[in-house]
Amino acid sequence: MGELLSYDLLLNAVMAGLLLGGFYAAVTVGISISFGILDIVNIAHPAFIILGSYIAYILNAQLGLDPIAASIIALPVFYGLGAAIYQTYYLSFEKRGQDPLRGLAFFFGILFITEVALVLEFGVDYRYVQAGYIDQPWHIGIVDLPLRMLVPCLMSLVMLAALQLFLTRTFTGRAIMAVAQDQLALQLMAANPIRIKRIAFAISIATASLAGAFLIIIQPVEPSMGRDYIGRVFAICVLGGLGSLPGTLIGAMLLGIVESFTATFYGPSWAPAVSFGLLLLTLAVRPMGLLGR
Amino acid sequence: MNSAIRSGRFALACILVAAVVFAGARAVGNDYVFFAGYTVLQFIVLATAWNILGGYTGYVNFGTAAFFALGAYATVFFHKFYPLPVPVLVAIGAAVSGLVGLGMGYLTLRLRGAFFAIATLALAVVLQTLVVNWNYVGGSRGAYVIRPAEVPGLSLPYIQYLFLIMLALAVIAIATARSIERSKLGYGFATIRDDELAAEASGVPTLRLKLIATTLSGALMGMAGAPFPYYIGYLQPSSAFALEYAVNSIAMPMIGGTTSWIGPLVGALLMGTLQQVTTVTISSAVNLLIVGLLLVGFVIIAPNGLVGLVRPRLRSGRP
Amino acid sequence: MTAQLLEVERLSKRFGGFIALDDINLAITAGERVGLIGPNGSGKSTLVNCVCGTLVNEAGSVRFEGRDLAGQSAHQRTRLGMARSFQLPRPFASMTVADNLRVPLLYTVNARRRVLSEADIAKRCEELLTLVGLAHRSRHLPRDLTQVDMRKLELARAMATEPKLLIADEAMAGLSSAEVNDIVALLIRLNESGITVILIEHIMRAVMSFSQRLVVLVSGRKIADGRPDDVMRDAEVERAYLGQ
Repeated sequence: MGELLSYDLLLNAVMAGLLLGGFYAAVTVGISISFGILDIVNIAHPAFIILGSYIAYILNAQLGLDPIAASIIALPVFYGLGAAIYQTYYLSFEKRGQDPLRGLAFFFGILFITEVALVLEFGVDYRYVQAGYIDQPWHIGIVDLPLRMLVPCLMSLVMLAALQLFLTRTFTGRAIMAVAQDQLALQLMAANPIRIKRIAFAISIATASLAGAFLIIIQPVEPSMGRDYIGRVFAICVLGGLGSLPGTLIGAMLLGIVESFTATFYGPSWAPAVSFGLLLLTLAVRPMGLLGR
Repeated sequence: MNSAIRSGRFALACILVAAVVFAGARAVGNDYVFFAGYTVLQFIVLATAWNILGGYTGYVNFGTAAFFALGAYATVFFHKFYPLPVPVLVAIGAAVSGLVGLGMGYLTLRLRGAFFAIATLALAVVLQTLVVNWNYVGGSRGAYVIRPAEVPGLSLPYIQYLFLIMLALAVIAIATARSIERSKLGYGFATIRDDELAAEASGVPTLRLKLIATTLSGALMGMAGAPFPYYIGYLQPSSAFALEYAVNSIAMPMIGGTTSWIGPLVGALLMGTLQQVTTVTISSAVNLLIVGLLLVGFVIIAPNGLVGLVRPRLRSGRP
Repeated sequence: MTAQLLEVERLSKRFGGFIALDDINLAITAGERVGLIGPNGSGKSTLVNCVCGTLVNEAGSVRFEGRDLAGQSAHQRTRLGMARSFQLPRPFASMTVADNLRVPLLYTVNARRRVLSEADIAKRCEELLTLVGLAHRSRHLPRDLTQVDMRKLELARAMATEPKLLIADEAMAGLSSAEVNDIVALLIRLNESGITVILIEHIMRAVMSFSQRLVVLVSGRKIADGRPDDVMRDAEVERAYLGQ
């Protein structure tokens, strides 16, 4: 260790962890929906986030748009993409009752194709965006609050709150929560389960657009980064209890803090190992998560 | 008894085919055949190894690269520490990767297959992180592995020696897969894939069998990785842990067919050759794109692979 | 006092907030023919799942031949002599009908004693298939079978494990009158050869003609347990079936 365990360092590590956690929640919420609620193992989700980063990058570089604004513009495209993918998945696998192997291989193929396509189009160099607040630091006393971390974190919380409201207050949202439990009851309520699931999956991919913008604000992006997030995303999901948005936020914050501490005291190159360790620990000890039933 | 004789005859046939292949390669007189052939043979081993777990039991492993790289890095470790002959390194690679497979399986196989799959993907990332931080084997800079000048005992150019070893590993992998298929173990694996609950109710010790599959599969992948540093000369984590190992070891059995040993062989031969051609003529990135597209295409359209198109989905058990 | 074959004591099982089984007590003597009835959703299959190890109960204990089964996985319980057929048939789809029976022979019977040779196994498969009337289908795949045939396969697969206790979960749904008689006769023959049988069924005449003892489950609770005639005249049972 060798670092002075000063109050300053500790507080900043916690703060950095919370900000990181807010961002991780945005990254994970899509999986909370597709895996937690719909029980679809979409391991390609991180690839869509990276795709979102690149789209924000293009719109930012070509048109000077703020990356978050760019990602909001791109939302309908991602929504449509999500709907198309779900339809393919449903027709090819769910309907035929295929074993889960095929579904996993399908999404893995998509993860791979997306990454390679990005490499072909953009190369392996890091890309970053320009925006007024990215390099601006902010201090409250001894605590560092870099805006490039704070803005994504706050926007992420807004996004999560909006989604939670949608899922609990609107008919479609509640239908989505219900479809996980009882398809027949849903049909009797005159809602088409397939359509509901398609909407849910499309929403989960749409979140990737925003999460991608957050990512490229926080750090430069290159195509293979998605892989680092797969472990994180599922660790948070399991930790927070599948299908619970508040749980996702708590899990994300926890992971953010643990990673932040590891980076501060052991070095940042160990960060990817943290999420895996946390995932294994959770699976071994409490597979239903902290908030799970 | 009958099945032992048949297995023996099959192994003999494999060895004969291998001998013919080797002689034919030497007859061509161009070293490129050995370089390219080594890659194809490596894919045969990896695809067959993957299929023992993924195809036979239905548990998907996304972390082929992890087990492959473990074998490779075990070799690098010993190369710096105390040079050992390649066959011994192969055995060490098998042991290391097999043990990791067992450990990971023990932690995650009691849960749903999806969690196992995710854990394997995360395992690859974590192992890569560990290796990158371990300077003794070169860290992120990589390690040079100089080939020995001579092949012990045989008067062969070194690349031909490596080719021969990989040929032997391919024979071992295929013979193992085939003998599993036709054994009690093969029936057990198939029940796990078909319906794990019913398997348990019929007396199949599913956890134990899954652990056997994971260990065996991991060990074979480790064996394939062990000679790799000598083949490539300079080993970086990014090449040892490359995602293309994961994609190929899944795509080849899924395209060839997952229910028998023939599938991964067909898939590896076809895709391996295709990739050699594409990489040389177009680019390696486009080549990977094609692999990904083929995987998704086959998974949607022909779920039982090429072998499944030729004959209906049925275990090749006793008549 | 000799141990009962199966002793279920204070067994409870919940799924989240839903209580599927509430404090079930049941004792089965070796050689009995027990019928288990109850409306849909009353917990009959959950009880079977808990007894056989497919599900883990939260409270209570299950003892087989005096031995506590806590911690024993499903395949271990099968090897101890418990067999069950599934309510919704779960065949091994990639194998022929005959091979479906081969699995329990290889993994249960052979695990107990190594006497079954290849020829023995093939013969035993034939015998079992003939017993349930599926011999003509032995080389077919499960997807080519009718629902009725699949239930017979389920039963045959459970029988193949050479159990001491056989739990048949709705094995007769969809069968014709004659076929129901055949299966009841088969189960009685099995019972006479020493196998204890628990029959879970909705077909009342099969249950009444088969059972020496009748147990009734409603909403996760056992509300009756005794001689079939007595049980059917019980007021609570009448209410459960007619007054729902």
